[in-house]
Amino acid sequence: MSLPASHHQRKAIVLVGVLMLASALMLLLGMTVGSTGFESVMNMQQNPQAMQIVWDIRLPRTAGAWLAGALLGLAGAVAQGLFRNPLADPYLLGSASGASLGVACAMVLFGVSPLATHWVARLGLTGAAFLGAVAAVLLTLLLAKGVQHTLRLLLAGVVVGVVLGATTSLILLFSPDLIQAMQSFMLGSTAFVGWNACVVMLAVFAACLLAAWLMSHVLDGLALGEATAQSLGLRLPQMRAALVALLALATGTAVAQTGLIAFVGLAAPHLVRSVVKTTHGRLSVLSSLMGAVLLMAADILARWLIAPQELPVGVLTAVLGGGYLLWLMHRHTGHGAGL
Amino acid sequence: MSGLTSALSAKAVHAWLGNAEVLHAISLQFPRGRWTSLVGPNGAGKSTLLKVLAGLLPHTGVVTLLGQPLLQIPAKRRAQQLSWLGQNEASADDLTAYDVTMLGRLPHQPWLAPPSAGDMAAVERALRSTQAWDWRDRALGQLSGGERQRVLLARALAVEAEVLLMDEPLANLDPPHQTDWLLMVKGLVAGGKTVISVLHEISFALQADELVVMDKGGVTHQGKTSDTATHQALVDVFDLRIAIHRVQDQWVALPIANASELDSAALQNSF
Repeated sequence: MSLPASHHQRKAIVLVGVLMLASALMLLLGMTVGSTGFESVMNMQQNPQAMQIVWDIRLPRTAGAWLAGALLGLAGAVAQGLFRNPLADPYLLGSASGASLGVACAMVLFGVSPLATHWVARLGLTGAAFLGAVAAVLLTLLLAKGVQHTLRLLLAGVVVGVVLGATTSLILLFSPDLIQAMQSFMLGSTAFVGWNACVVMLAVFAACLLAAWLMSHVLDGLALGEATAQSLGLRLPQMRAALVALLALATGTAVAQTGLIAFVGLAAPHLVRSVVKTTHGRLSVLSSLMGAVLLMAADILARWLIAPQELPVGVLTAVLGGGYLLWLMHRHTGHGAGL
Repeated sequence: MSGLTSALSAKAVHAWLGNAEVLHAISLQFPRGRWTSLVGPNGAGKSTLLKVLAGLLPHTGVVTLLGQPLLQIPAKRRAQQLSWLGQNEASADDLTAYDVTMLGRLPHQPWLAPPSAGDMAAVERALRSTQAWDWRDRALGQLSGGERQRVLLARALAVEAEVLLMDEPLANLDPPHQTDWLLMVKGLVAGGKTVISVLHEISFALQADELVVMDKGGVTHQGKTSDTATHQALVDVFDLRIAIHRVQDQWVALPIANASELDSAALQNSF
């Protein structure tokens, strides 16, 4: 028996291949781009410093961009499926503002003063960002009284985002010396990702992708509406709680390592869907790869565009992602349909 | 008829939407292997009752499915025995017709198991029976309202459940496909399945074996579609604005077309 949905299956497989290839090529490209340029790669064998630049700076940050992008792409696919809204993004439940507040608090408490850098390094701004993101999601859940009402959850997420954002602004108002450090976090950057961060992100990504795949038919069922999903015997309350946990973990991990990278989580699932219509099992894999490739490309561009200086990668993803979304919107209205 | 006479039954069922009680003490039996239609004006509680019967809304009272209290049946088993088709539910724009229909097989599949040959055969049967097989590869977002409805119908059929609940299944269907739906339901019932549908097209509802007439959250009548008492209950519930006629061995409901007829109908009824 021939597989009936082969047309889309073939497309999905081709897309996986293309994205994998792009990832590999860009990983190589990522090793050659940076303030010291291609020379470092040429001299790698003789010069230990060049070796260090390539192996300990360029490679981990390129791989880190891939992993953070994959986490955001996965979180975006899960968020859009869970909230049945194509405009849902991973930061919807307040994780972004929570992470910012976490970082701001850590910087105030442990200071940006040289004496305290040791402490900060140990506790890690990343830890503070992660804790902040998770705490914000918990707060959202608390305000929404659980995960059962999607709309209430979204509204609570907005409220938490606004209130925590205001708190962060207040803290910054009283400690203006933090503003610059904070700004770079808010814009998102892959510059500080080392091998340790890569290992953490890889572990979380593997676990989250597996979990998303295990629960993918719940997202498929939800696409038909809550009542239909329930009538198919799916255990929505438990599954929804698990999906929210997955969302918080994936987003929190990415934000902790790279700051607030805009639009990757929103755009990746859209890009995939514009190429292939598929179930959430495949969509989560494809969207992860798409997010990974997007952020990796943006990271390389950020280092290359005004080299030897570099742009914050979040600025690039915002500009590119925003542009893409606008294009999508106009293409849709051109056909007489909303986004 | 075999040992079990009713496929679904409700005893003293109350249900609420928000704080408003929309079903008041409903007690009903739906005979097995029959097609029953729920009819009544807007807001009578038909869709709510259908959801309660499917176990999708909290309620008080007891609903029994195939002899077992509904709430005691494990979710997956219930989903195998009872299939539900809603109206105006979210549509999965980004899933293909085939993938959507395959979701109807979820209750039969072990966790994460790929679809078996049996599942694929059931999906193909369902899609062919609603003439949707030809565009199985297209996403729902690219289909017209009627085509989409046929895919959603196929999804409900693919469950191959003993009891099938359908809320406004004719919505968006053109006349030929409405007729197809009718023949399909008759085929299902002939094969021993139980069908309960909410229908606004009274002439289609009159094709069923039984009618349940609802008004203001209660049941005003249940009876055979051929009974005069059922016809009277229908005319009453629709404010005497329709009349039931016999045309070529079928009962049909027609609107009362001119005002003077309406007045005389009202006058007759008042005596």
